[in-house]
Amino acid sequence: MAIDKNTISAVAELEKYKYGFVTDIAADEAPKGLDESTVRFISAKKNEPEWMLEWRLAAFARWKTMDEPKWAMVKYPEIDFQDIIYYSAPKERPQIDSLDEVDPKILETYKKLGIPIREQEVLLGVKGSAKIAVDAVFDSVSVATTFRKELSEAGVIFCSISEAIQEYPDLVRQYLGTVVPPSDNFYATLNCAVFSDGTFVYIPKGVKCPMELSTYFRINAANTGQFERTLIIADEGSYVSYLEGCTAPMRDENQLHAAVVELVTLDDAEIRYSTVQNWYPGDENGIGGIYNFVTKRGDCRGKRSKISWTQVETGSAVTWKYPSCILRGDESIGEFYSIAVTNNHQQADTGTKMIHLGKNTSSRVIAKGISAGQSNSTYRGKVSAHKNATEARNFTQCDSLLIGDKCGAHTIPYIENACMSAVFEHEATTTKLGEDQLFYCRQRGLSEESATALLVNGFVREVMQKLPMEFAVEAQKLVAISLEGSVG
Amino acid sequence: MLKIRNLTVAVHGTQILNGLSLEVPAGEVHAIMGPNGAGKSTLSYALAGRPNYEVLGGTATLNGEDILSMEPEIRAAYGLFLSFQYPLEIPGVPTLTFLRTALNEQRKTRGEEEVSAPAFMRMAREAAKRLQISDEMLKRPLNVGFSGGEKKRMEIFQMELLAPKFMILDETDSGLDIDALRVVSDGVNHMRAPDRAMLVITHYQRLLDYIKPDKVHVLVAGRIAESGGADLALELEKNGYDKYEVAA
Repeated sequence: MAIDKNTISAVAELEKYKYGFVTDIAADEAPKGLDESTVRFISAKKNEPEWMLEWRLAAFARWKTMDEPKWAMVKYPEIDFQDIIYYSAPKERPQIDSLDEVDPKILETYKKLGIPIREQEVLLGVKGSAKIAVDAVFDSVSVATTFRKELSEAGVIFCSISEAIQEYPDLVRQYLGTVVPPSDNFYATLNCAVFSDGTFVYIPKGVKCPMELSTYFRINAANTGQFERTLIIADEGSYVSYLEGCTAPMRDENQLHAAVVELVTLDDAEIRYSTVQNWYPGDENGIGGIYNFVTKRGDCRGKRSKISWTQVETGSAVTWKYPSCILRGDESIGEFYSIAVTNNHQQADTGTKMIHLGKNTSSRVIAKGISAGQSNSTYRGKVSAHKNATEARNFTQCDSLLIGDKCGAHTIPYIENACMSAVFEHEATTTKLGEDQLFYCRQRGLSEESATALLVNGFVREVMQKLPMEFAVEAQKLVAISLEGSVG
Repeated sequence: MLKIRNLTVAVHGTQILNGLSLEVPAGEVHAIMGPNGAGKSTLSYALAGRPNYEVLGGTATLNGEDILSMEPEIRAAYGLFLSFQYPLEIPGVPTLTFLRTALNEQRKTRGEEEVSAPAFMRMAREAAKRLQISDEMLKRPLNVGFSGGEKKRMEIFQMELLAPKFMILDETDSGLDIDALRVVSDGVNHMRAPDRAMLVITHYQRLLDYIKPDKVHVLVAGRIAESGGADLALELEKNGYDKYEVAA
């Protein structure tokens, strides 16, 4: 009985948490297409204050004057921006009768990731799994509410960005768009105009966030839609580690994803941001799949502050993403650790920018690209030092691993140094997963599959070690699964 | 133990082994000597199942089982081990991780229980001590940055831990100084057992001072030209392979 009571209050808590989605506007969905009324519709849906609407409208006006960027080494059919629904209220996913209706390949992947059938049914939205879903929700709600209590005791704010706009407008106004300005680039500007929801985190002065924050614990995170917006602020002397994404492949009807992530660290603060991205990459013939055009940037605004990006990218048909650091504060540190896996017809153009502005700033970039099938992977990285960035240091290492002979790997470094005392180092290697190495492993008793997994995990080990422990184990499996069948 | 009948093998379309026959009974160590290009390494790779080594004819059985039809990893699980002439580097994979994964996969294939981490560590420490391999080396990625001699010691270390039935040592002595040669030979001799057999491929008689063969075979132009006792190696050292090459 006690449990039932807990369940009820937990679910009630959950309802309360869905702040911002409860509105009196009848329509659930914006009409297809994009004009000023779409932007107004979204803003009204969310009961946004006037300043927020003005901000969106200004971005939209700007966006209309911009052109889609074409410089990335990726090819995809023209996107019709009038053929997209820019807002639909979070709702139940279409239900299916049983797991038999799901693509067997997806189920196979779930099995390999070790996700129990029960959870698979919940993730894939099987009819009748509702009760199970409640259990599962109950599990995570209880976890989430316990966590929320602990977080609020520490003074940490962790909520949806819609909630933050209502509850903490001053903080949002102070920081939103200050790292990625509304005029930044085509997709970021589009995001400013139409973002649907996202995450807001504020860590107060001197607080070490007592746990790793994960979107997993944000109940409504599952349906934030295609234009997600994240803003994380670490005040002086604070620390937070944030995990984004999920190793389990999710069904998603949205083809275009254009998220914006902004990080701000003040004096002596540190943010670690880890991503595992496994969106639908399209089938083996390159049909379908998500276009992932993301703008992620961190601003080390304070002295001795630090921002560290770690990403494992295995999904999406086209990825266009450069998590960057602006090293403004003296002695600030930027890091970028990346694993990008492409298979079949996937294309990835990814990398980072390290912009050294302050004195004694340092940055470190380790990028590991793995290409298989007929895929193409490009590392594009920029390191620059302003003339005042005395003693700035960067170390960049880009390693590419090719599997098979139909894939490609490219490394495009841009280095701009306006400061005599800055030191930049760049190392790049390209290797082919050798038949000889594979045979050596097989002679020791490893199957071709486990030999490939072992060799690939060896290749990415340095970056994997940067991920939080529990994430790393899953990510390792994910990388191996993404490359299955690509050898031989 | 190992029976090879009329084995004919081509590599990228060129026939290298021309009807080679050889028998190594359990408990014995046989040496194969021969000039460069005679097919010594081809024999070891063909037995281990390296891709692109095409078997055109003949048979090879290990304890009566046809090994040529098995995948390389199944041959390994069945008890065949090849110590490589040029061991490969496996970046990012610590030596012990590699070996434990390999051992447990072999055991799984054979339907045996996995070896627990502590039990494996005990085995590894014992073997490492005998082969003078430091803890630091075991923690490093397999063979990465190892000297030629260290790589060869590492091959024997792997052999001890995987405990195969039939071992092929392909020029294990090349690149070893005299001290390392002794350490490696001791390791190999430690593996000798009534239910095991070994094929030692070498250019030099020197190795056979340490690993005493029961039989020596001369491989010339893709087949066995002569077989004899341990003295045959001494004679070859003195007179070379000229007379066999003329005959071939």
